[in-house]
Formats: sequence, structure tokens, C-alpha cells
Amino acid sequence: MPEKTIADAIHDAIRDEMARDPTVVVMGEDVGYKGGVFKITDGLQQEFGMYRAFDTPIAECGIAGIAIGAAFSGLKPIAEMQFADYSLPAYDQIVNEAACIRYRSNGDWGCPVVFRSPFGAGVHGGLYHSQSVEALFCHTPGLKVVIPATAYDAKGLILAAIRDPDPVMFYEHKKSYRRYKEEVPDGDYTVPIGKAKVQREGTTLSVITYGVGVHWALEAARTVEGEGINVEVLDLRTLHPLDLEAIAETTAKTGKVLILHEDNKTMGLGAEVGAFIAENCLDSLDAPIVRIGALDSHIPYNNEQETAIIPNPVVVTEAVRKLAAY
Amino acid sequence: MSSVVETPVAALADPGDLSEEQLRRMYRTMVTGRLLAERFWILSRQGKTHFVITSQGHEAAQVGSAMAMNKGSDYLYTYYRSMSVALTMGFTPYDLLLSVLGKRDDPYSGGRQLPNHPSSVAWKMPSGSSSVATQIAHAVGSAYAARVKGEDFVAISYSGEGATAKGDFHETVAIASIHKLPVIFFIENNHYAISVPEQYELPEGGVANRVAKGYAMHAIAIDGTDVIAVYNATREARERALRGEGPTLIEANCVRLVAHSSDDNDRYRTDEMRNELKRYDPVPRMRNFLIERGVLTEESDAETVREITAEIRESLDRAEAAPAAEPEAARRHIFAEEG
Ligand SMILES: Cc1ncc(C[n+]2csc(CCOP(=O)(O)OP(=O)(O)O)c2C)c(N)n1
Ligand SMILES: [Mg+2]
Repeated sequence: MPEKTIADAIHDAIRDEMARDPTVVVMGEDVGYKGGVFKITDGLQQEFGMYRAFDTPIAECGIAGIAIGAAFSGLKPIAEMQFADYSLPAYDQIVNEAACIRYRSNGDWGCPVVFRSPFGAGVHGGLYHSQSVEALFCHTPGLKVVIPATAYDAKGLILAAIRDPDPVMFYEHKKSYRRYKEEVPDGDYTVPIGKAKVQREGTTLSVITYGVGVHWALEAARTVEGEGINVEVLDLRTLHPLDLEAIAETTAKTGKVLILHEDNKTMGLGAEVGAFIAENCLDSLDAPIVRIGALDSHIPYNNEQETAIIPNPVVVTEAVRKLAAY
Repeated sequence: MSSVVETPVAALADPGDLSEEQLRRMYRTMVTGRLLAERFWILSRQGKTHFVITSQGHEAAQVGSAMAMNKGSDYLYTYYRSMSVALTMGFTPYDLLLSVLGKRDDPYSGGRQLPNHPSSVAWKMPSGSSSVATQIAHAVGSAYAARVKGEDFVAISYSGEGATAKGDFHETVAIASIHKLPVIFFIENNHYAISVPEQYELPEGGVANRVAKGYAMHAIAIDGTDVIAVYNATREARERALRGEGPTLIEANCVRLVAHSSDDNDRYRTDEMRNELKRYDPVPRMRNFLIERGVLTEESDAETVREITAEIRESLDRAEAAPAAEPEAARRHIFAEEG
């Protein structure tokens, strides 16, 4: 089985799906001739032509709107927002149009569009190439929000997203694109949207996380392994709708929960997960819920301040030790 | 008020090969739109509906353009004022009354969306939101899909002139022009965006003028109160699109004979201003034209009005008696349902 990075897994999955299904198209800034600023659509225009790998002007609202209309006319568009930071001009089209059409047409119309974006910090991208925007979209009924942490899941989830009858926000952590490799089977498989996955079994406490947080949690788990601390890592994979069953299950199993994400802590996904546990799993808890997120800030360009703001494996390790000792 | 309809109130355009039957159908649909709208306003005053927004003064623009499209293959993206487009496509007064009353069987949305937001899968009319201009982008998306699939259909977006201030419009008109996509931007210019008059909405010169100069695109301004001129212009735009000659923007100059909606008091206009607009009322213009040509008589016209009035009355009785929306279904269709 070939080893692939997350970037290659997504690229190859999109390429294969375009070969299988002539209604799948990619559109966005630089996605065609250049193959995308992160090369996720590399070679697709050469293989499938200028309209199936469609270079658009810099017009995020327009890209989203065109993808939505194309979906009403039978295509399955993958609209790339070049950076998650720049998806905000498309916010109205995504939230007021894509997310609502099924509801407002009483189920007659659907909007099978995938809005993909690289997101996240740690690459010295400054304020406008570092943001985590997932929480903004998790609040909207009608949108699915997916963040893969591994190459295997990235392939299976992007294929599931393309085939989903509803709009899917698909976020790819840009620092993780080429850092994490694993064996990815050739051929067709999907990973179900709405299902979390235990990436590491443990008994002492649970880290509930997603995206790059999964890798931080796994690193922390390895660090404390010899100290008699046995960390379970639950990778949410889909942030909306949440896999509440899996959250309840891991909480019941370990009784101690640390929720981790790179996004700002206040009003981040951890608030929702924490509230769910407090409302529904109080009897399972042996310690207060712990949340780790970025320090409620914009993301600065310089290394010192960026590092100070976003979480990292050292911070996670300390918090794990403390929670284990509670 | 010099901005209101510069074209003189003259005879209507040459109907070319439109048959008498087609002309009568146009007129009948316009009258239906008018009488139904008047009923909506009564329902609003009676407190029987939460909201109405209507097309009085826009009937010629809406009926003429919709009749020029190929029903069932072309995509129509309507807006909240498009009730006469809906009637042209085949929705009935009963359907529209269900929508206005928010009933379970409202064919657009099951009573969920505000009244007058048409939706039909069979007639390729995707449900619109209430955000102005978003549907313009969707129409370009449908035209792009026609290009990808190599299919011969055209998309038309309907909006007011106020919507042309928004980014959705500029971003996607440009893309349509660059790629010569088969789309028609049909702008119903009633010279007001709620209370704001055209002089404060748009740079001087109107929408078509600006788009023709700025976006290297075919754009025309027409008398939107002449149903035949509208039909001819839309037909031609459609053929251009199918020939691969790209998009057309049609600025149809209309009049808004009533308030913006039931939430608007129209106090920013005087009675004198509103009366002046009646000279351009598309419904009597068409009636007089058809009578002069012998297509209608005073008697046949009176009979038409009686028939439509009776249909509306009967439809209203049925719609009022129709089942209400069900609270248990309030959270259905947020996502696709299994099976
Ligand atoms: C994005 C957005 N902003 C504001 C509104 C509120 N609004 C509804 S209709 C309207 C005026 C639209 O004018 P125009 O496009 O000329 O259409 P008309 O109603 O005159 O036919 C406004 C401001 C809206 N629906 N959408
Ligand atoms: Mg207007």
C-alpha cells in the first residue's frame, strides 16, 4: 500500500472522482493551470479541461454562488476558497443560500457543494493566512463541517463529502498537509460523515479533539505513556453534526475529559462539546472538564507571539498530567 | 422624477409572429397577476397574512420575459417580486394563495419561506432566498453547468435595479462576460430600492449603460411596461446565448405602482408621483393595444376579468380551508432525508 501525505490523499481522491464522475468539477482561484497554491488540484486542468478545473477571478462570493447554481443544475462542484480566511466574503452565499435551500424548498432542492479550504496556523502566515473558521459554520443548520486529521481519513472523507447531497465545509490544516504520512489504500472507499474515531485507546483520560489537535494529543500520549497515564484520543473528524454518542462513550469510559483545538477557546467547538458533556454525562465525570484552545487572539506573524498563542504538544502534555492527577 | 421611464407612452412593439392566442394569454396572465396582487393587499389589511410583496407595474416585464424562456429546460432564478413570472410558468392563484397564507401545501416551501419566493423542480426554478442579488450568481452557475455538460439551456436571473449594487452581481456578471456564458440578467428597474430613489442607488446612466461599458457585455434598456417589447428582447437574448455569443443584460424599466411591501408605507412618494406612474401601467396599455387590434373586445375583456375574479375568490376559499403547516415537521429537511 502506498504511503501518502494528507495533501496527496486529497489530490488523488479528487482526481479519481473526477475520472469516475463527469459532474464533479473544481473551481476557484489558481486551481486550474497552476493546480492550486497548495497543489491540491495539480494537473486536473491538464487532464479534464479548463471548465472542469475552472480558474476564476478573485471573487469568493461569486465562486460560492456559481458553485451553488451549478449544483442546482446537476453538477457536484468542489469550490476552493484559497485560504479559510478568505472564505468570509462567501459567508452569505454559504450560510444564507447553500445551507438553507433544502429547508426553504421543503426538501425539493439540495445543494451538493463541497467548500474546501486550507486553514490553521503554525506556518507564520500572519493574521490572514492562519485562521480557524470552523466554529463560524458549525452554528448553521444545514451545513456539515469536516476536518480530517490523517491521510486515510482525508481521502475517505473528501469522497464522502463530494457524494453527500448537502453542502459540506471541508477544512484542511495547512501545516499538516505534508507532515503526516500513512498508508492509504488505492481504490474507492469513503469514511462516513458524522462519525468520530478513537485514534488511540486509553483508560486514564480522554482527549477529544480534531485536526492538528489529534497529532498534538498523540504526541502528549506517547510522552506520558511511561508515567502510568493512558490517554484515549477521540478524533471528532466531523464537527457538525457532532458524533454525540462517541463523545458520551469515551467520557463514560475514562471519566476525565480534555477538549483540545487550535481555534480560539471562547465560543470554540470545545464550548459545545463541554456543554453537551455537562448536560448529559455529569454522572460519568470524575474531574472538571478541561478545555485547551488558542488564547483568544488574532494570529501574529512573528514566531514568538504565534507560538505563545496557539496550543502545542508541551502545553497539552502538562494539562494531561494535571488532569490525570486530579 | 425625470428618471422614471423615459420612453414615451406609445403603442406597443410589433408582435411579429406572436399569435392572437399568445397575446391573449399574455394579457390574461397580466390581469391575473394584477387582480391576485390586489387580493393579497386586502388579505394583508385583514390581518390574514403576515406579509405581502407584489408585482403591480411589473406584470409586462415578468410575463413577457418568462414567456420567452423554454419551460422545463431553461433555469429561472426569481426574486420576491416575481409573482407574475410564477403565474406565467404555470403556478395557479390557488398555489400563490397557499404561499401567502403559509399553508402546509404551499408548493414553494410548505409555508416556510416568505410569500412569493417561487420554487419548482419541474420548471427549473430553484427556490430563492430573500437576500437580494444572491440568485444572480446562481444563474451564472447554471449557465456554467450548461457549458460543462455541453447542454443547450439558458439561465435567467430576475432582480431589481437595487440588487445591481451588490458584489454578487458584479463578481458574477464579470465571470459570465469573460466566458460568454448562456445567461440573461433581467433587471426590473422600478427606480426605487424600498425608499431610496435611483439617483442614490446607481451612478448616473442606468444599469445597462454601466454594464455595457464596464463589463464588455451586451446590455440593453427597454420599456418594461410593454409586454411585447420585453418578450422580443428576451427571446433575442436567449438566442444570442444559445449561439454562444454570451450573456445579455436587459434593463426593463418598470413602475412600482404600490408600496414596496406590506411593511412599507410608501410615504416617500406623493400621491401625485404615484398618479403620474399610472400612465405607464402595463395592464391597460396591453388591453388598449389588443382592443385596437381587434384581438379583444370590451365585452370579452369584461368576461375575462369576471372569470379571473371568480377563480381567485374560489381559490381563496379553498386556500383558507387548507390544512395549516404542521409543527412536528418544523425541523424536517434541514439535511437530506434517508431514502
Ligand atoms: C442583502 C439584502 N440587504 C437588504 C435587504 C432588504 N431589502 C429587501 S428589498 C430591498 C430593496 C431592493 O430593491 P430592488 O433591487 O430595486 O428591487 P425592488 O424591490 O425595487 O423590486 C431591500 C433593501 C435584502 N433583502 N437583502
Ligand atoms: Mg427597485
